[in-house]
Amino acid sequence: MKRWSVAVWRWLDDRLGLVDLFGPSLKHLVPRDATWWYVFGSATLVAFIIQVVTGVALAFSYVPSSAQAFDTLVFISEEAPFGAFMRGLHYYGASAMVLMVGAHMAQTFLFGAYKFPREMTWSTGALLLLFTLIMGFTGQLLRWDQTAAWSVVVAAQQAGRVPLIGGWLAQFILGGTTLGGATLSRFFAIHVFVIPGIMFAFIGLHLWLVLRHGISDPPKPGKPVNPATYRQEYNEELKRTGVPFWPDGAWRDFVFGTTMVLAIVMAAIVWGPPPIEKPPDPSILEADPRPDWYLLWYFAVLAMIPERLEGVVMILGPVLIGFVILLAPIIGHKGERHWTKRPWSIGVVTMVVVMIATLWIAGARAPWSPNFEAEPLPAGIVKSDNRLVVEGARLFHERACLNCHLISGYGGRRGPDLTFVGDRLTEMDMIIRIVNGGGNMPAYGNTLRPDEVDALVAFMKTRRRAEALAPAK
Amino acid sequence: MNDTTHTPDPHRPPEVPTREMEALISRRRFLTRVSLGLAGISAAIIGVPATAFVLAPLLHKVADTWRTVGRKDDFVLGETVSVVFEDPSPLPWAGVTARAAAWLRRVSDDEFIAFSATCTHLGCPVRWMPGANLFLCPCHGGVYYGDGSVAAGPPPHPLFRYDVRVVDDDVQIKATALPITTSL
Repeated sequence: MKRWSVAVWRWLDDRLGLVDLFGPSLKHLVPRDATWWYVFGSATLVAFIIQVVTGVALAFSYVPSSAQAFDTLVFISEEAPFGAFMRGLHYYGASAMVLMVGAHMAQTFLFGAYKFPREMTWSTGALLLLFTLIMGFTGQLLRWDQTAAWSVVVAAQQAGRVPLIGGWLAQFILGGTTLGGATLSRFFAIHVFVIPGIMFAFIGLHLWLVLRHGISDPPKPGKPVNPATYRQEYNEELKRTGVPFWPDGAWRDFVFGTTMVLAIVMAAIVWGPPPIEKPPDPSILEADPRPDWYLLWYFAVLAMIPERLEGVVMILGPVLIGFVILLAPIIGHKGERHWTKRPWSIGVVTMVVVMIATLWIAGARAPWSPNFEAEPLPAGIVKSDNRLVVEGARLFHERACLNCHLISGYGGRRGPDLTFVGDRLTEMDMIIRIVNGGGNMPAYGNTLRPDEVDALVAFMKTRRRAEALAPAK
Repeated sequence: MNDTTHTPDPHRPPEVPTREMEALISRRRFLTRVSLGLAGISAAIIGVPATAFVLAPLLHKVADTWRTVGRKDDFVLGETVSVVFEDPSPLPWAGVTARAAAWLRRVSDDEFIAFSATCTHLGCPVRWMPGANLFLCPCHGGVYYGDGSVAAGPPPHPLFRYDVRVVDDDVQIKATALPITTSL
């Protein structure tokens, strides 16, 4: 039996030449000490393969029509066997891919692996990061619910700010002058054919470059890259101490990759796919569009940039960052690789992580957004029998003050917390602020009657630390 | 195919090029150009129309259309309500995405104002807060006064206004392109 199968394999391989084709790649020598830090690239590839498999599976049931996609998503999520699981895998697979690209990039940057002769390995990888983010954004749009529809509008509005061609770009994104029948099919074609096709090509190129220039040896302090001698030294060291990639190096990739697959499966089972919200009907104005977590930090950027700089940050910012990332290896292609000799590299990575993390937290809390769900203040918070104060508290809700201001934990965070405003502002301060507005506070002079201002001020004057500590009447 | 001996090693040209050699090199240069030219022509024949097809929405002009959103007396003087209308010339398979909404206010017997519901900052749908006479945006903190002018937050322009007219007691909104802010 065994002999027979060996004979069949030999015949096949003689005709197909698979061992000749892949053997040298699998057996190529890699540095002996390239260990657990080197698993993020292959993990990214594993996540990409998960996305291809689950994406193709989902395409069997998904109808990319602006009118019907929502219904097919509901069907996939609620009725199709394994449908919710497939969607979950595709969502957490995307999340894993974004995380792994980030980890891979941070590692190669800290290890100085982007230096000679691997400049193009880095640059093709940087483009793959861009394509991954485009896939993340377009993928959220294919989840064709209310948030997706408004996200297309937000994307079109951002594109509209590009000088000269902005209007055209916006129209290209919408597939016309409004959201409509053309919109979703275009994003489907981009998400399913255009970008994945480009990604296959770039992943092929990226892997070819990994083979051509070899996996970078772990950096040693005081051993700078000298383009004149690096290749020779690298190859001599490989011949002396290198180990074959398969299986001496590859087993760690398989252990880490499998762990990641299991984590994605667990996440898909435990948390399930992201919910399908209201239908993509642009006439439903009760909407609260938010990007998925991997772009939530950018949502915070859009809310927090100073208005005058907005166009520059929105359009020029990404272009500049892209150029710096693409050109980094050309600018710094030689010299020290070890992070202890490049302390600024630790600074850059730390800064990027801290920036994205803080923006992410800000985006999740979105204190700049009014709280549309603010309920009337309960009597236990108002703590007064005074007719004017009670009326003021009622108006505080009815006139939408509470949507933006916090009172004892109730309300919004758009404006200052007014829980103890009575300790801070005099009656005159309050009246001036309410009537004239100021900063981000709209002027209420034309909206409120004088007796309403009196009631609001009477209520606000009771917002004092001393009163809050007193037992409820 | 069978007379490979006639093919000289391209990396080592003979010291004195023969007439035969020169003819061969010129022939190869010609074949290279012909092949690349044919490939270019093929790519253009397929690629240009394909690109044009994808870019077609940019060239498509949509005529604005008046859409009836209700009878005049459905609207209370001074109140601001959301009205739903259909996009100009929607595609048959657009479904609910062909809908659009505006905030409509009756300001006098025959006079109406219609505000676009999309924020001029980045296009999220603004909500009318009747008690406060404000439009609030749910995304990045934009606030507009009742007349559509910016009260707070990042919006660069007042809310866009649709044209409104009253024809035989029907209130009509001129359905147009989604207003896009194109200034930096």
